[in-house]
Amino acid sequence: MAHTKEEIVAGLAEIVNEIAGIPVEDVQVDKSFTDDLDVDSLSMVEVVVAAEERFDVKIPDDDVKNLKTVGDATDYILKHQS
Amino acid sequence: MNSTNRTVVVTGIGATTPLGGDSASTWEALLAGRSGVTPLEQEWAADLPVRIAAQIAVEPTEVLPRPLARKLDRSAQFALIAAREAWADAGFSGKAGDEPAVDPDRLGTVVASGIGGVTTLLGQYDVLREQGFRKVSPHTVPMLMPNSPSANVSIEFNARAGTHTPVSACASGAEAIGYAIEMIRTGRADVVVAGGTEAAVHPLPIAAFANMMAMSKNNDDPQGASRPYDVARDGFVMGEGSGIVVLESAEHAAKRGARVYCEAIGQGISADAHHIAQPEPTGRGISGALTNLLDNSDLKPAEIAHINAHATSTPLGDVGELRALRAVFGDDIDHMAVSATKSMTGHLLGGAGGVETVATVLALHNRIAPPTINVDNLDPEVDANIVRGEARPLPEGTIVALNDSFGFGGLNVVLAFRKS
Repeated sequence: MAHTKEEIVAGLAEIVNEIAGIPVEDVQVDKSFTDDLDVDSLSMVEVVVAAEERFDVKIPDDDVKNLKTVGDATDYILKHQS
Repeated sequence: MNSTNRTVVVTGIGATTPLGGDSASTWEALLAGRSGVTPLEQEWAADLPVRIAAQIAVEPTEVLPRPLARKLDRSAQFALIAAREAWADAGFSGKAGDEPAVDPDRLGTVVASGIGGVTTLLGQYDVLREQGFRKVSPHTVPMLMPNSPSANVSIEFNARAGTHTPVSACASGAEAIGYAIEMIRTGRADVVVAGGTEAAVHPLPIAAFANMMAMSKNNDDPQGASRPYDVARDGFVMGEGSGIVVLESAEHAAKRGARVYCEAIGQGISADAHHIAQPEPTGRGISGALTNLLDNSDLKPAEIAHINAHATSTPLGDVGELRALRAVFGDDIDHMAVSATKSMTGHLLGGAGGVETVATVLALHNRIAPPTINVDNLDPEVDANIVRGEARPLPEGTIVALNDSFGFGGLNVVLAFRKS
């Protein structure tokens, strides 16, 4: 079943909270994973793997570098979820 | 001044051990003669021949924030906690640079472990087999690499003069502190955060050490299992934790008005070149390290008031060390109060040199030697002045204390400290 945009943002917020300890309410679509949310390149891999499982989507390594913000990741998942 | 022979002092100490979450609680337990050994209640221990260990008193996840803790192997968690205590104890706050008393380019770290991130390695291998490669943590390599504790301490304090990790099994922590003393003595750094850490309480290392017949199987009496110098000793009890000191050039410490615990005189080093895991039977290697110490310092055996012995509670090792001490120091050893603190902390492997240096520094500072517990029947082959049962005061005036550490692979390290 497809997830709504709101569900995806909320899900990413929970994942970022688990991995980087950022409060869920601070994880907004305009936030950069690296600059705003304390997610370095290694932790970003963890975010991606958790998102793949949660939203039943595949995010190839080559695409991860384009996911700068929570909004980028949300749009990607919206478009590619099965 | 001669920049290749500078005086080095200890200005900070920190620890997290089976006896307490900091150096003060650890020291209090050492003086009280309390054992940190407990039964291993974990499910994985049920079928092991060894079901006891000296486990950490305060879990690091209770101290460190979760996002930080989950990116650190348990050995690095211990080291960071002990290093933060030592840093604050030395009178520093924040990172070097922000903290004006320390130049980042003159600050180093040397933190060692004997085994490295073994619980991370084995845990991620379980993940690989059970959940597939995609689930293997991207933090695995930076967590398991043996230099991870030293590197994380370097990042924590902005230490840019070098971050080192000498590895020599159970001598690692002492080798780290010796290396740090040399960094300062030779002018490479003014301040170095140094010590040892270990986190190997896991079924594989325990099974492996047990199969070497190196560990006590006294599962029915955990608190009595680590019993150096007692006739019934049957091997070491594994411990976990970290001990860290801040070393500093005497000049640098004086300039900033730092509290000085004692002088770090230096180290004696030798290698057995005998067997990968068995002690050299004549004590030639240990004698070599002691002789090396005397040859390379102004230290006189008559000054030595206290020895924190390596003494792991193995039948051969405990008495071999004492024979070597007598061979080098002669009758002077009769005036040295010998303590085996592993009777209480267990054997922290690469962490031992760190924790025991903290204990040695505190023994000098407080002028009291911690006891060796569980010596109910002294081995008749023990020919030394063992501090049994209760702590013993050390003399006034200028006194020296030694901390012995010997590792599989044959490295012998003796560290020497002086209190005026």
